[in-house]
Amino acid sequence: MTAATIIQSLASGLLMGLLYGLLAVGLALIFGLMDVTNFAHGEFLMLAMYLTFFLFMFWAVDPLLSIPLVAAGMFVFGAVIYLVIIRFAMRAKANIGMVQIFATFGLAILMRGLAQFFFTPDYRSIPASMLGGKTISIFGVFLPVPQLVGALISIAAFGALYFFMKKTDFGRALEATREDAGAVALVGIDKNKVFALGWGLGSALIGLAGGVMAIFFYIYPDVGASFALIAYVTVALGGFGSVFGAFAGGIIVGLVEATTAMILPPSLKSVGIYAVYLLVVFVRPRGLFGSI
Amino acid sequence: MDSFTQRRRRDLILAAALAAIAACVPFFVKDVYVQNIMVLTLMYAALSQAWNILGGYCGQISLGHALYFGLGAYTTALLFTKFGVLPWFGMLGGGIISALIALALGYPTFRLRGHYFVIATIVIAEIGFLLFHNWDYAGAALGIDIPVRGDSWAKFQFTRSKLPFYYFALVFCCVAWFITWWLEDSKWGFWWRAVKDNPDAAESLGVVVFNSKMGAAAVSAFLTAIGGAFYAQFVSYIDPESVMTFQFSLLMALPAVLGGIGTLWGPVLGAVILIPMTELTRSFIGGSGRGVDLILYGAVIVVISLARPDGLIGLFSRRPASKGVPQ
Repeated sequence: MTAATIIQSLASGLLMGLLYGLLAVGLALIFGLMDVTNFAHGEFLMLAMYLTFFLFMFWAVDPLLSIPLVAAGMFVFGAVIYLVIIRFAMRAKANIGMVQIFATFGLAILMRGLAQFFFTPDYRSIPASMLGGKTISIFGVFLPVPQLVGALISIAAFGALYFFMKKTDFGRALEATREDAGAVALVGIDKNKVFALGWGLGSALIGLAGGVMAIFFYIYPDVGASFALIAYVTVALGGFGSVFGAFAGGIIVGLVEATTAMILPPSLKSVGIYAVYLLVVFVRPRGLFGSI
Repeated sequence: MDSFTQRRRRDLILAAALAAIAACVPFFVKDVYVQNIMVLTLMYAALSQAWNILGGYCGQISLGHALYFGLGAYTTALLFTKFGVLPWFGMLGGGIISALIALALGYPTFRLRGHYFVIATIVIAEIGFLLFHNWDYAGAALGIDIPVRGDSWAKFQFTRSKLPFYYFALVFCCVAWFITWWLEDSKWGFWWRAVKDNPDAAESLGVVVFNSKMGAAAVSAFLTAIGGAFYAQFVSYIDPESVMTFQFSLLMALPAVLGGIGTLWGPVLGAVILIPMTELTRSFIGGSGRGVDLILYGAVIVVISLARPDGLIGLFSRRPASKGVPQ
């Protein structure tokens, strides 16, 4: 193994890592806001990928252009899911943690079933797009263009999220609600509205990730399952409740995955991610940047 | 205190009556397909009862119990196919190995709380899955085909009838139930509920929180591995996909959650409703490959967890089921 291949692997690992961060940040945002882990996170991703696919198949919208549309669609979807399911799961008096886990887990199965029913279990892919299958060489390192664009979108999304959380009224309402949901009601902030918008925003971020991933990944009803665990680990690694921990967590996961793939057989590449997660939480039980 | 003792006695009588009825059912139900569902129902009731000891009573939500199930199945199958060791010893060995591994894993993981703990259990089971998937000696992805050596109790193999498996599953279910019943009133039971409700307060009152969790984990893992060993004999073919996946961990937790987490009857009730429903929807409408079974299954889980957060057992008692603390 030469230095060039190592740099090559780490560079693709970094790009994937930034994408993992984008994939996970919606989960971190929702958890930080209301202590709910969405176990249907992977299925949200699946839906976003299908949306991208159908926009391409029926209206020939290139994935690069459909990303904002998919994000907008996912925003609505996330807000609706909050209003029809999560809102009620939050009302449970007993076993609230379990109710949330299993309500969202039931939703995951339901979404998978619906996807099989309406979209069939067939593997789909977007045959030709503006970015698909292209690579670019930067200082002698070859980078796949879709992943590179995904990484740039991820950086931009985290930047926008930072600005949004710190500078806008809604961002501040989000921050305040997450600190004390009871107190914000006293100053006239509707908790339900903030939560619904939080779910919308979190889902829109998955929409961004899904739009990019549809370019270079197969699309099928179970696709979310393989990425959901990576997203949970990414969030936990960064620390639940820390939105920007997800960014760091994603980069670590991407680099660790690339490194493991160089050392162990490719089928074991996830073992490295899981082992690093365990090592980190054994030393820091609340993740790297976690506060709760 | 009296009403608690009375309730416990009533539970024991009810369990004996239900077991007697269950023992008679095969005399009236001869259909092999239905018998198969009954075996699976009893097996999941026992597995969920085992999960409930750690997840329900002690409050440590594990979504990685497939690891122990798989270890039980693999220990039995490997010892039998490679060394000719009878499945009964394999079953016991698998149980002990699982309990020891649960203790070894519990040592670092029980320091974690909430979602960090849940994700750690998922990740550890997933590492186990990947290792078995790549372990050539254990058949890697192809798994292990357990050769048929003729029907006998010694080899715990029965090709002509499901009934021996049915009765073993019934005994297994009763044993798991009885252990839970017995532990519920022991000092462990009280410690576990204290740890679940408020670990910090429990610690300050002298409950050794860490050891309580370790005890619950060992018992739970041991029983789960027994279930895995049974399953290996029942289907006579195992691979990592069929015994160690995340889906399986969820399937073990689900009956307890839907029936009533941290209750004696919750896992039984949950399994009796959930497993036949899963199997029937799978064979009658699942065959279309269009996912209608998943749609129904998912919808039922969502509806039950929203409508009855303390589990279906709440329908049968006036007091909230989650308050298992004796009066």
